[in-house]
Amino acid sequence: MAFPFSAIVGQDEMKRALLISAVDPRIGGVMVFGDRGTGKSTAARALSALLPPMVAIAGCRYNCAPDEADRCPDQCGARKTAKVPVPFVDLPLGATEDRVLGALDLERALGRGEKAFEPGLLARAHRGYLYIDEINLLEDHLVDLLLDVAQSGENLVEREGLSVRHPAKFVLIGSGNPEEGELRPQLLDRFGLSVEVKTPQDIEQRIEIMRRCDAQERDGAAFAADWAEADAKIVKRIAKGKKALPKVAMPDETLQDAASLCIAVGADGLRGELTLMRAARAYAALEGAKSAERKHLRAIAPMALRHRLRRDVLDETGSTARIDRALTELFG
Amino acid sequence: MTDTLTAARLLAAAPARLGGIWLRGAGPEREAALALLTAAFDGRAVRRVPVHIDEERLCGGLNVAASLAAGHRIEQTGLLQEAAGGLLVVPMAERMSALVAGRIAQAMDAGAGFALVLLDDGGEDEAPPVALTERVGFWCEGVVSTKSVESQDNDPSRLSRAKSRDVISDGCDTSLDTLGTNGGEKVVASLANLSLALGVDSARALLFAQTAMRLHAQSHSRESTDEDLAFTARTILGPRATRIPQKADDTPPPPPEAEDEPPPGDAESEQEQHDPDALDDLILAAALASIPKDVLARIGEGRSARRATGAGGAGRKRASQLRGKPLGARPGLPRGGARLALIDTLRAAVPWQEIRRQQEAADAPKRLRIRKGDLRIRRFEERAEALTIFAVDASGSSALARLAEAKGAVELMLAQSYVKRAQVALIAFRGTSAELLLPPTRSLTRAKKVLGELPGGGGTPLALGLAAAAELAETQAARGRTPFVALLTDGKGNIDKHGQPGRAQAGEDALAAARRFAGSGTQGVVIDISARPQPEAAAIAAAMRARYLALPRADARGVEQAVSALQFGKAS
Repeated sequence: MAFPFSAIVGQDEMKRALLISAVDPRIGGVMVFGDRGTGKSTAARALSALLPPMVAIAGCRYNCAPDEADRCPDQCGARKTAKVPVPFVDLPLGATEDRVLGALDLERALGRGEKAFEPGLLARAHRGYLYIDEINLLEDHLVDLLLDVAQSGENLVEREGLSVRHPAKFVLIGSGNPEEGELRPQLLDRFGLSVEVKTPQDIEQRIEIMRRCDAQERDGAAFAADWAEADAKIVKRIAKGKKALPKVAMPDETLQDAASLCIAVGADGLRGELTLMRAARAYAALEGAKSAERKHLRAIAPMALRHRLRRDVLDETGSTARIDRALTELFG
Repeated sequence: MTDTLTAARLLAAAPARLGGIWLRGAGPEREAALALLTAAFDGRAVRRVPVHIDEERLCGGLNVAASLAAGHRIEQTGLLQEAAGGLLVVPMAERMSALVAGRIAQAMDAGAGFALVLLDDGGEDEAPPVALTERVGFWCEGVVSTKSVESQDNDPSRLSRAKSRDVISDGCDTSLDTLGTNGGEKVVASLANLSLALGVDSARALLFAQTAMRLHAQSHSRESTDEDLAFTARTILGPRATRIPQKADDTPPPPPEAEDEPPPGDAESEQEQHDPDALDDLILAAALASIPKDVLARIGEGRSARRATGAGGAGRKRASQLRGKPLGARPGLPRGGARLALIDTLRAAVPWQEIRRQQEAADAPKRLRIRKGDLRIRRFEERAEALTIFAVDASGSSALARLAEAKGAVELMLAQSYVKRAQVALIAFRGTSAELLLPPTRSLTRAKKVLGELPGGGGTPLALGLAAAAELAETQAARGRTPFVALLTDGKGNIDKHGQPGRAQAGEDALAAARRFAGSGTQGVVIDISARPQPEAAAIAAAMRARYLALPRADARGVEQAVSALQFGKAS
């Protein structure tokens, strides 16, 4: 049973990033930096469990939504629909390309001489979450491939004489400890948001963690019931935010703020501005605001830019501090 | 009853919540703990995982060989499913691949409910994958250590009471619920305090500690006491420590205006004495005793542990089944990530179809007859290239000899570089600077030309030399090469990182540079070829987390063989 999302102690930035990505999945995934045992996968899992079930074609191996069934490689369109939970796929360390992309179905190939495609984890994650722990230890070519699919929303397999194309839209959540190996900057840049998590260094919060985990282990059902109301509120917020998203105004001043911030911190490329804009809008929608203002921009600036700064070997200050400094200088 | 055995007992009582146990070192203690666990899990599944188990056996899936023979799909259950609710023993856990470890960790997260026992025969620089050690509660010694002997004095009579044994052996996860909140808030607070002081950041460790402490108290039929806390400190929190607790350090220094108050040290210690949450000396002592000696060195453990589990330094796996340049197919079963080469398999099967059909019954179904022996899998060659960086101390009197031998070794290595897909670079440091004399190259001609006349003599800027080697290694690693640094020195630096003379400062700078080198995760070796090797070079090697070799009066061939052996796993 998943831990209730609202019962997670602290980690506000990570929770906010996850909620923003739930409101607008196009933001392009969340990278979570932090040690083991800081509740990264717990939070991601909790979020996917929180979301209301989605309508999909019953038994479709690609989690097709009814309106995209005509593109399904299995031609599942004629079948009935059913409500299924939002998928949460946990990509194991050391996963092979075959398992991720999908591969030739061996059994059918050898047994019956049929050329058939066996969908991989990308198909299973369609319309849900793909969580990759220790993404920095994953083979680079696999990370490339994943980010590519995450951005295009489509998995194209051209191998072993197969040619399959299926939709694969998912929110990519990567996590890793940078001390154990870095992710290439080019790859980092392609993540929409990034957050840093730490175990709270505060006694009270640590005690609260133990208390809540204990309560859940003692009586999971009662614990879930205790938090059901708070969770329901979050679900409502996400639903409202999703609905409001297209209507949230994006004033020119906010765009200007975003551009000047990117120049001030020296973020490479245009992805910084675009993400700032999308994330500020999604956050405003989540907060129930009518337009994206400077305060929304401010709240999401560190997570949208942190991983895009050029690293300066001599400057010891972390990226977060540099963004904070720029924010204070620009906006007071 | 030693700590290890007590831990094993508690684990048997609540396998799902304590995750498992990491037993370091082989010895009677480990055997006893294993025997205890095996007995406690009698009637439940007990499985051993060979380190090189393939994915299909581990997680279940299609049994290719059996399916082919039968002509229909035959599934096999995975070891992880079989072990559910039981005991999973991993011998030689320090050799486990990331793939297998990742699968086991995933199963544990999904609530497979087995207790994981990691038997670790590794040396000091080897450890089981961090993904697994993170998920097991107890970190214990497999050989009897002084720590566990000390713990015998916590009243063995109580532990041997029949009642407590019953509680333990009959206990299962549900028995925890009957515990109530004994100890309550104070206990939880002291655990939080202790973990904070030790720098244990994982919430998992905290939860393990909480459960273990309750169970330990319960086994003595009492409320949680300091003794229970001390046990947890020794077996769970202490071994994970990333810093040495210092009471004064945890309190921020008083603001400067408060100078008329009593001296800060006194104020703090008094405050701590009155603070009910303060760490008890006893517990702190227990935790301290179990803190590994190399706490600081271990901070980058993730990397070193992973590094140790991989193959030698020679450009990662060279023949791969997963990626790289295609090398053609060879017979084998498509498992463990290897992919079936369909065309080659069919090609192998076709000539035999007639004969095989004759062997079968006349009414056998009409299908392609493929046998296990026909299966071909793909092979690839990986592109990772090895790079050997020689960093040579060209100072002082022995400079000429050392340089000459290093030069010889470089040439010997280059002579085979094409075969090994390896490059060589040479850095010499002398006087007040380090110089990259030979940038990474595969060309023997070029090396001969550049290395023709090498200057020697002067001071020893060891820190600069190390920094230059580390920098080169890092930039080369970023280009996909696998660097290996061979440092030839006697370890006695006398020029500091700013080029100023001074033995003390130079020594400190050299050690700092060595530690930074260790942080970069590059593999290396320190070779001392002076006639009477001194301890300094060994100290540098330790700080670099590199091997140390004393090769008195070694010649070029000796150096080359030593480096090749370490870097490529065998002498050339």
